[in-house]
Amino acid sequence: MEGEIEMPAVELQGVVKKYGEFVALRTIDLEIKVNEFFTLLGPSGCGKTTLLRAIAGFEDITAGAILLGGERIGDLPPNKRPINTVFQHYALFPHMTVEDNVAFGMRMLGAPRSEVADRSRKMLELVKLGDFARRRPDQLSGGQQQRVALARAMAPRPRVLLLDEPLSALDLKLRHAMRVELKQLQKETGITFVFVTHDQEEALTMSDRIGVMDQGMLQQVGTPREIYEKPNNRFVADFIGETNLFDVRVSEVGERGCVCAFGERGSIGCEATGRPLVGAACHLSIRPEGLDMRSREDAESPLGGKVEQIVYLGTDTQYLVRTPVGELITVRRQNAVADGVEFSVGDEVSLLPRPGAARLLAD
Amino acid sequence: MAGIGGRSGESSSSAFAPIRAWLILPTWLIIGFFLVVPVGTMLVYSFLTKEFRGGVIWEFSLAAYDRFIFDRGLFGDEPPKLELTYITIFARSTIQAAAATLLCLIIGFPTAFYIATRPVSTRAIWLFLVTVPYWVNLLVRTVSMKFLIRESGPLNSFLQWTGAISEPLQIINTDFAVQLGLFYSYLPFMVLPIYASVERYDFALSEAAADLYATRWTILRKVLLPTVKPGIIAGCILVFVPSLGAFLAPDLLGGAKNFMIGSLIEEQFKGNAGNWPFGAAAAMILLSMVLVVLMIYARRQSGRSRE
Repeated sequence: MEGEIEMPAVELQGVVKKYGEFVALRTIDLEIKVNEFFTLLGPSGCGKTTLLRAIAGFEDITAGAILLGGERIGDLPPNKRPINTVFQHYALFPHMTVEDNVAFGMRMLGAPRSEVADRSRKMLELVKLGDFARRRPDQLSGGQQQRVALARAMAPRPRVLLLDEPLSALDLKLRHAMRVELKQLQKETGITFVFVTHDQEEALTMSDRIGVMDQGMLQQVGTPREIYEKPNNRFVADFIGETNLFDVRVSEVGERGCVCAFGERGSIGCEATGRPLVGAACHLSIRPEGLDMRSREDAESPLGGKVEQIVYLGTDTQYLVRTPVGELITVRRQNAVADGVEFSVGDEVSLLPRPGAARLLAD
Repeated sequence: MAGIGGRSGESSSSAFAPIRAWLILPTWLIIGFFLVVPVGTMLVYSFLTKEFRGGVIWEFSLAAYDRFIFDRGLFGDEPPKLELTYITIFARSTIQAAAATLLCLIIGFPTAFYIATRPVSTRAIWLFLVTVPYWVNLLVRTVSMKFLIRESGPLNSFLQWTGAISEPLQIINTDFAVQLGLFYSYLPFMVLPIYASVERYDFALSEAAADLYATRWTILRKVLLPTVKPGIIAGCILVFVPSLGAFLAPDLLGGAKNFMIGSLIEEQFKGNAGNWPFGAAAAMILLSMVLVVLMIYARRQSGRSRE
C-alpha cells in the first residue's frame, strides 16, 4: 500500500523565514501534489511571494526543510533546482529574440541544438506565438510577453512551475482569457503549478487547491469549494468572497452542529469547525446568497430589518438590510429564480439562513 | 472625458509651438560659432603654407600632410620615404588611450556596479565621492601626481621605507606614468554612464537567468553585460576620445620620450619654432580618426535598432 502513495511534488516542513526581527513565514507545513494547480492566496505582505521565492531558491529559509519529490533542495541555489518561475513582470531578456528567450533554459542545461530549436518552436506554438519567434520582447504586447514568459519557464520541463502574480500586469479582459489558458496549459503539460495571487476570483476559478495565507501563516488549505463554503476562521471567510459576520454566543453544542444566540433576539443553528465551548463568544458567517429573504408577515427570524438599498447586478440583485440594532446585512437573490416576490426599499423583512449556510468561526 | 483631457493637453503644448523652435537657438549659436568656426579655421590652415615665425601664408599647399607621411630629406629633394615619426606618435597615443580605456573599464565597472546596487539613499554620496576630484583643476591634480611619483617623492620613499624596494622606482617619464595620469583623469567618465545603465538594470533578469539554470558567470556574460552594454560603450567613448588627444598627462608625466598627439599639436603652435599648418593637419587627422570610430559605433547602433 505504501508504495502506491505518490510523493508530493513539493513538501514544506516547518519552513520559517525571518528578516532580522520580522517573521515573514511562521512554520509553514504544506504538501503540494503532483500535477496539481495549487494557489497561494493572500493579501499583500502575507508572505505568499516570500514562500514562492523560498521554493525557487531566491530566499534562504531560516528553519525547516523544502523537499522536491522527496529530496531536500533547501541548500541548492536556484540554478540547481528543477523548478522554473514566471515572474510578475516577466523579466524577459530584452536583448534576445523571443526564440532565444525560450531556448535559454534548455541551452543552459546543455540540450542538443536540434532539440532546443524543436522544443522552442513547440513551446511557442503551444502559447500561440509561433509567428513571433524572431521578435524582441519590447515589440510584443503585455499579453504576448506573458506567454513568452510562460513558454520560457515551461520549456526546460520543470518538475514544478512557480507563477508569481503573472496576471496582475494585464488588463481585465486579457486576465480573464489568460485564466482559462493557464488552466488549460497546466492540464496539457501535466506540470505542477504553484500560483501566487491576491485575487480571490483568480484563485477560485483556476485552482485544484488553495492555501490561504495571512501574517506569514497558512490559514486554511482546501479546494475552492471548501475554502468558500467552509472557511476555518474569520480571516478566510472575510477574505474569500463576501460575507456577513455576526457577534454571537454559543448556547448549545451538539453532535452535528451547534446553536448560537444573537443576544436577546433569538438563536439559530449553525455548523462549526471543531467543537466550540458553550458560552464562548464567536463570529457567525453567512454569505449573502445563503440568506433567504421573506416578508416580515410570512416568517419569523432573529435576523431581519428594513431594506435600505437595492442594487441590481444583472444575474443577482443585492439588498442591504438594516437590523434594529444597526447591523447592515447583505443579501443576494438570483433574478432568474425570483419567486415572484418583489421587495422595495423600506420593506420589513425576515432573513432565514439556508441549510448549511450559517457557519461558526474561530477567530 | 479622456478626449477632452487629451485635447486640452495638446492645446497647452501647441501654445508653446511658435517659440519651441527657438529654444535650441542659443545652443546652435554657441556650437556654430565656437565649434564650427575654429574647426573650419584649422581645416583651412592645414592646407596653407607655413610662415617661419609661426602663422600662415595664404597659399594652398599639401606640405603639412606630406610632411606627416613622407620623409624627403633635409632639403626636400630626396626621393620620398615613409616618415614613421608621426605615425609612431599616433600609434603610441592610440595604444595609450586604448589601454587607459581598458584600465578604466576594469576598475570602473565594478565601482559603478557597487554604487548602483547600494540603497537609493546612499547612492548620491558615492556618486558625489566619484566626482570630488573634479573640484580641483586637472592641471593641479596632474602636477601633484608628478610630485607623488617622482624619484624622491612620497610613493618611492614609502616603498623604500617598507623595504619592498631598495632603489627608487623610475615611474615618472614612463608610459606607465602616462597611463596612471590618463586613468586618474578620466575614470569618472567611465563610472557615471555605466552607473546609469546598471541602475536601470532589472535584477529580476539575473534571477530569471539563475532560475533557468545559468551560473553566475553565465549571468554576467549573457544577461548583465549585454543589457548594460550601451553604458559601457558610452563610457569607453568618453574615456577613449579625450585620452587620445590628451595633453596634460603625457606632457607632465610622460616626458619627451613618450610624446603623444596632444603634445605634438601643442608644440606646433608654441613660440616661433612652430608650424601652424602642420599642427592643423595633425589635428585634422586626429579628428578624422575619432569621427571614424564614432561613425562605426553609430552605424552599428542604428543597424541594431532597425533589426
